[in-house]
Amino acid sequence: MIATLSVTGLSLARGERLLFRGLDVTLPAGEAVALTGANGAGKTSLLRAIAGFIRPESGTVTFLDTDDGAIDPHEARGHGLHLLGHLDGLKTARTARDELMFQSEWLGHSHRGIAEAIETLGLAPLLDLEVRQLSAGQRRRLALARLVGSPRSLWLLDEPLSPLDARWRGIVGEMMARHLHGGGLILAAVHDPLPIPTRTLDLGAGR
Amino acid sequence: MSPFRTALSVLFRRELSLAWGGGGGPLLACGFFVCLTVLVPLAAGGDPVGLKPVASAIAWLALALASMLSLERLFERDLEDGALDLLTTGPLPLEAIFAVKAFSQWLATGLPLALTAPVAALTLGQSTDLLPLTAVAAMIGGLGFAFTGALGAALALGTRRGGLLIAIVVLPLFIPPVVFGAGALERAANGMDPAPALALLAAYALFAMVISPLAGAAAIRNAQG
Repeated sequence: MIATLSVTGLSLARGERLLFRGLDVTLPAGEAVALTGANGAGKTSLLRAIAGFIRPESGTVTFLDTDDGAIDPHEARGHGLHLLGHLDGLKTARTARDELMFQSEWLGHSHRGIAEAIETLGLAPLLDLEVRQLSAGQRRRLALARLVGSPRSLWLLDEPLSPLDARWRGIVGEMMARHLHGGGLILAAVHDPLPIPTRTLDLGAGR
Repeated sequence: MSPFRTALSVLFRRELSLAWGGGGGPLLACGFFVCLTVLVPLAAGGDPVGLKPVASAIAWLALALASMLSLERLFERDLEDGALDLLTTGPLPLEAIFAVKAFSQWLATGLPLALTAPVAALTLGQSTDLLPLTAVAAMIGGLGFAFTGALGAALALGTRRGGLLIAIVVLPLFIPPVVFGAGALERAANGMDPAPALALLAAYALFAMVISPLAGAAAIRNAQG
């Protein structure tokens, strides 16, 4: 289980464009960091670099366990974190039930975890509908279900609340608070503040 | 069941359901295959005797083209809808994900095409004795097509006009199975043992099954960054 995320001296570029240089972030268990900045400042790229999808120009990303021992990055990325980007990763021709079962089984959730996700995110009335019939907010709730009841502690979220209405923002906020209380870590790229106490890391105006 | 095997089976079931469920994929490829092989005798003026010497070559060419039909969407749709991020933060290495997707592509397209191949060969005037061999050779060759084709799909990932790029990358790589597959039928038609050509075809398929996942996973990582 990832107990600390440590980013040291990270520089990221997209093509010829340098996004940021020498970024340091330490995220301990139980804490959330809201990643802010203008469009193009590198918020999504930072999340994707931590998830291992983008190779940094320089710097390191380290995952530590509860004894401060370094976790193998492949192990951490395959078993320790969730990356939920602004795309939901759902297949529109399949039913919500099929997609929920796939993502939960793929990520190794227990049956109890799946039931908890259905309950927390109010998915029961949606399960027999095809994903294409769901609204953007309902699709986001279905995608967020992969976080509930999962043993993965680090959540990397990209605009997680943007399509949700006020009620569901509140409920997902409670979900995040419970995750932090249980020793989880959240790094979320946001334009609007999250409904939980966070530190803010501002990537600035972009280049 | 171990978590690794559970993940393999979960992904495999989903890939098959996507391949069979989305827009009648296998039927489309089979229909294209049959249309192509029916068109050739018509274009050749309905002369079955003149067509017979090139029947197996045309059948294999049509099979290679039909195998490429659904390749473009194999990884592209996962990249576009974000599912690739979910897959690559899962418990399986990308190489295994690639292999499962390529194998599912074979099951959903290559196998139905192999079962259609005898019908297509008949329309080209091939003798009925060779029909079982046609199906077996198409099954083995189809496995090579699926893995090599998936590699082409991975290499073209995220590029503009990816479909055309896949064809240009993949068609030259399809030359060996077309040569060996048509060769097996040719040898059998001439009363020789088709086993050496079939063995070469199987060797190509095995080679593709080993190399493609490694190269394809690297290409996908590059496209994902």
